[in-house]
This record gives sequence, structure tokens and C-alpha cells, in this order.
Amino acid sequence: MAVAALEQEILTLRKRRQLYSLIGLLLVVAVLMSGYSKSNEMNSGGFLQGLTKFFDYPGEIVLEAWEAGPAFFGLIVHFVPAMLETLNIAAVATLIGGAMAVVLAMTSTRNVDSWGPLIPVVRRMMDIMRAFPELIIALFLIFVLGSSPVPAMIAVAFHTAGALGKLFSEVNDNIDRKPIEGLSACGASWLQRIRFAVLPQVAPNYLSYFLLRLEINVRASAILGFVGAGGIGQELRRTIGWGKGAGDETAAIFVLLFFTIMMIDQLSSYLRGKLVGAGRAH
Amino acid sequence: MAYDTFNEPFFDRNTVFQNVRRRAWITVAAPVVVCLYLVYTWFAFGVPQLLSKAQPERAAILATDSVAYKVHVTKLLRRDIMEVSIEGERRATYEINQLPDWVEVEGTNAFVDLGEGYSVAITGKVMEFDVPDYGVIKVTATNSGVNTELPSGPVPEWLRDNPKKFDARPTLDRRVQVTRTKIEVHNYFGGWENFWFPFTSELHGMPFSQLWAIALSNERLDPSQSNMSYIMHEFLDNPDWQHGEVFIALFETIMMAVLGTLTAAFFGLPLAFLAARNFTPSKILRFGTRRLFDFLRGIDMLIWSLIFIRAFGLGPLTGALAIAFTDTGSLGKLFSEALENIDNKQVEGVRATGASQLQRYRFGVIPQILPVFVSQVLYYLESNTRSATVIGALGAGGIGLMLVETMKTSRDWENTSYIIILTIVVVIIMDQTSSWLRRKLIEGK
Repeated sequence: MAVAALEQEILTLRKRRQLYSLIGLLLVVAVLMSGYSKSNEMNSGGFLQGLTKFFDYPGEIVLEAWEAGPAFFGLIVHFVPAMLETLNIAAVATLIGGAMAVVLAMTSTRNVDSWGPLIPVVRRMMDIMRAFPELIIALFLIFVLGSSPVPAMIAVAFHTAGALGKLFSEVNDNIDRKPIEGLSACGASWLQRIRFAVLPQVAPNYLSYFLLRLEINVRASAILGFVGAGGIGQELRRTIGWGKGAGDETAAIFVLLFFTIMMIDQLSSYLRGKLVGAGRAH
Repeated sequence: MAYDTFNEPFFDRNTVFQNVRRRAWITVAAPVVVCLYLVYTWFAFGVPQLLSKAQPERAAILATDSVAYKVHVTKLLRRDIMEVSIEGERRATYEINQLPDWVEVEGTNAFVDLGEGYSVAITGKVMEFDVPDYGVIKVTATNSGVNTELPSGPVPEWLRDNPKKFDARPTLDRRVQVTRTKIEVHNYFGGWENFWFPFTSELHGMPFSQLWAIALSNERLDPSQSNMSYIMHEFLDNPDWQHGEVFIALFETIMMAVLGTLTAAFFGLPLAFLAARNFTPSKILRFGTRRLFDFLRGIDMLIWSLIFIRAFGLGPLTGALAIAFTDTGSLGKLFSEALENIDNKQVEGVRATGASQLQRYRFGVIPQILPVFVSQVLYYLESNTRSATVIGALGAGGIGLMLVETMKTSRDWENTSYIIILTIVVVIIMDQTSSWLRRKLIEGK
């Protein structure tokens, strides 16, 4: 009797679960469908007439690049300094943001004996730093400082500090406390404990996240260039603004950007694989 | 390598010292290299020139203007009229019988009390500015410029006086300007002016309780619609703040993020099966799918959005497609890695019961990768809300474009800060929702 009742209950539970899954799935599909039809309405150009034009622009710039012939490779070399500037923005921002993130992480994890009252404060601070879109800080600083790579660098570094700080403090949460206890038993100060007990444990993971962030930041700095922060993005806006005739230059920038991003991607996933054993993503 | 009898590795003294020395060297060299690099970029970015060219007063203007507004008292000398208006806007001009109590107007003369002993008297073409601890500044507008009579003593820094224009700003919130065509007094107040309702609206300046009473009352202010919808319309159509348009732009941005991420997940999952070693034996197919992922990711959102803007014009569709294309690559790669790491025992167990291929996938594979799937999609949703604002600024529309445009006109900074605050609030809400969902769905809490 009891068994039958139990079976009945399991059956209803399973049915309800299936119903919920179905409702969830239908909801997602409904959001997708209505969203696309709504955004198709709101878009200035429709989807269907856009579809026919989709290959026009890529075709146009490829054609112009083809007509440029061997000079096209010269164009790619011509834009290398701008690409380097973008890479510099990303690298400096990741370095500065990463350094800030280490400080934030060390002061916001109970597991590494951070000062108690500070923990929630620093955590909220990191949340806010992460929430600020880079664009807003960059635009504000461009307004005050003028068009230059520095605003983009500061904007990306600010966001990086928050994002990496959170990941770092998650790493801190999972470390072994024995070395910390051993060191405090022989009277080590907090800084000494961090230096000799925590850092050696977290270094590989920190470096791996650092590389992942570098990869993301290269993309972000390229985009920020487009709103006036220098580097390859600014060159791209210039050539695109010229419209017809500068297609070969635009194509050169696209190619350069594509290969740089691919290269950094591959390099960072190779190095990360070496650091933490497997290519852990995100 | 030599081993001793206890099977412990044998290190000779030299190797140990060599290792220690190398490590010590790295600990010194790495920071030095980083520092040298930072010094190099300091000059490569031109920081010294930048600092000399920076305009910190712009930041001050932005900060003041985004938390305060000013009321102009203007005397137009050519037409000989006196006007009092908010931010000098025509549609926000006070009626002569409803002036604020710190202004007294008699005909075309006026007395403005700026508080704390500061006051301005305008008589004919003469402006007398009484500044405590300094004296009375008398400025007369003439046909060719201005005549200034300053009290004796050194000329203070806040005063700019040349034959064409007189400009004094003794404190941040009081300013007087005289040219040959007009005398203008600015009085600053905290807050955002006309935030709820436009100046001309009947609802302007009403306390919230009164609004609530009107909303619930039967007597219609506008016979064609109920009071509730009248209030909503007055609020959304506010010409200074454009609440309606800002909300639509925000909605577009969220739509870009949600649609883009869901579409990427929708296409990324099936493609991930094609890229996983244990599901696709064909090497060519696998290689092709993986290169497709790399291609989609490598092109990057920047280039995708530029291409889509050309094809589809301005709007959320463009942004959604740009996000979808890039993230199909990223999510596909992540899912295929998750698929390669699944436990085969579960699949074999399902197969042992005689399940078909499809059933094996449904009951053996999907439950294992579902947590990864859900959490990654939510992570991407979260970061795409931020990306969508940036794509918008490239020209796809939404709140990003609106932000760039209000910043370019650089007139109403309070509008800019309003948009910035709303954007950050939306990003934080999306963040919290996604982490709440992640906790709910994966940890079952």
C-alpha cells in the first residue's frame, strides 16, 4: 500500500518536472521568436532585405583588397604599430588591473585571514567595479583627458580589477590552510603568511586567469579604440568612415585583427594548459 | 641519475644551488621587466603630454552639472526684456507672476538675491554685483562692449574682465555675465530639474501624494484618457529627459544581449557535438567545426557588428546577430570541451538497457553537460549585457549609442549621468538575476 502511494507520488513528481521543463523550453522559444520579430521591426533595415546585402560589404572590401594586389601586405605591415598600441593598452591594463585584483582578493577572503570587517566592503566594491561597462569610463575619461590610449587603459584596468578580483578570491577560497597555520605557529605576520603560504599555492591559477583576461582585454581595447581611444580601433573607424576606396585598408585591419586575436587565443590556451594541467576556460 | 638505498632522489649540491639561484634570479628579473615595460608604455602612450593637456575643469563642470541645475535671469538689452528661465530654455520660462521668491522684477529692472550676502541689481544697462568681502562691482553695457568699475585692491581670480565680456563666478554656484547685448545671472540649485514632468505640464512640481490622488480621482484632466495614463504619458514624453526613449533604448540593449546569447546557445550546442572527439569519429568534420568556432570567435564582435550594421542597419537585430555569431564560437568551444570530458559509464549504462542513439544522448549525455551548459550561458548573458552597450556605441543602437550622442552634444550632463546610472543599474540587475538563477538551477538552493 505504502509502496504504491510512493510510486504514485514519484510519478506525479516526474510529471510535474516534465511539465516545468516543457514550460521553460516553450518560454525560451517564445522569447526568441517574439524577440526576433520585435527587433526586426525596430531595426532600421529589415532582416530579409539585409540578408541579400549581407555579403555586399565583405565582398566589396575583399574585391578592393584583391585589386590592391601585393600592396595589400604592405598595408597590413602599415597597421602593425596601431595593433601594437592596442596590445599595449590590453597588456598594461591587465597588469595594473591584475595587481589591484590581487590586493582586492587578499583582503576579501576569510580563508586567507583577511580582516573581517573589510571583507563585505571589498566584495561590494568588486561587484561595482565589475558592473561598470568599460565604455562609460572610457567615454568619460576621453572627455576629460582628450583622445588617447590612456582612458581606454584605465577603463579596462578598472573593470579587470573587479572581474579578476572575484575569480582570485574564489581561488583563495579553495586553498589548503595547513601552510598558513604552520607559518602563523612560528609567528609570521599576515604579509609573510600571504607571501610564503598563499601565493605559492595560488600562483598557477592566478596566472591562468590573468592570461584569459589578457585575451578578453585585447578584444575590449580594440573595440574601445573605435570610440576614440587610439590603437587599431581608431584606424578602423577612420578607414570605415572614408567608405568606398578605403576598402583595402579596412580589409587589412580586419585580417590583422583576426590573426592577432587568434594568435593570442592559441598562445594563452597553450600556456594555460601548461599552468593548470587542462585548458580550463572561463 | 643516482638513487640512494632508501629510494629517495639524490640531489647534488650544485644542482640545488643552481636551482635556487635561478629562482632567485626570476623573482628579481620578472618585476624589473614589468617595470621597464610600464616605463616604456608611459612614454609610448604619451602620458606626460596627456597630463599637460588634460582639462580637469571639464570634470568639474560635468560633476556640478550632473547634480545641479541653474536658473537664468536674463536681460536682453536689445529688446529690453527680462526673462527668468530654467537652463535658459524657452519652454521652461517662468511667468511674470510666478517668479521664484529670490528674484524681484520691476518693469525691466530686477533685483536678484543669490544668498549669503551676494546680490545683483540690474537697472537699465547697469549691473551692480555685490560680493561680500570684496565690494560692489559695477558693469555698464555700452554699444561696443562693457565698462567695468571694480572696487580697489587686487583683481580676484574668479573674475574675467575684458572690453567685450565680463564674467564673474565667485563661488561654484553663482555666476554673472555681461556682454553688450545681455546681462545674465545664473543661480545654481541641487537636483535634476523637470525630472518627472515638463515645465509646462499641469503636473509639474506636484508632490507625490497629490499625484496619487489625481491618478485615483474620477475627474479627468484630459477628457480623452484616464488620469493614470495621462500621468504616464506626461512622464514618458518629458522632452528634457526623454524617459520613454531612454527606456526603449535600454530595452533594446537587453534584447540584444538576451537574443544574442540564446541564439548562440541554440546553435552552439548541436555544433559542439560535431566538434567533440567522442561523438564525431570523422576527423574532417571535427576539424571543420573547430575551425568554424575559431573563425567565429576570432573575427570578434567589433568586426561582426560593423558588417551587420552595413547589412541590417541600426537596431537590436544587428547587435543580437553580432553577439550570436561571436558567442556561437565561444560557447561551441566550451560545450565541446565539456562533451569530451563526460563520463562514459552513464552512456554505457543507458545503452545496456537497449536505448536508441537519441535516447542515449537524452538520458546519458545531456544530464551530464546540463550544469555546464546553463552556467556558461548565464555567464555569457551577464557579460553580454555589458558588451551590448559597447556594440550599441559602435552604431548598433540601444543605450550605448544614446550615451555617445548625449556625450557628444555635451550640453546636458545630467542626462548623461541619468543614462549612466540607468545602465549600471540594469547591468547590476542582470548580474544578480543570472547569479541567482545559477544558484537556483545548479545547486538547487
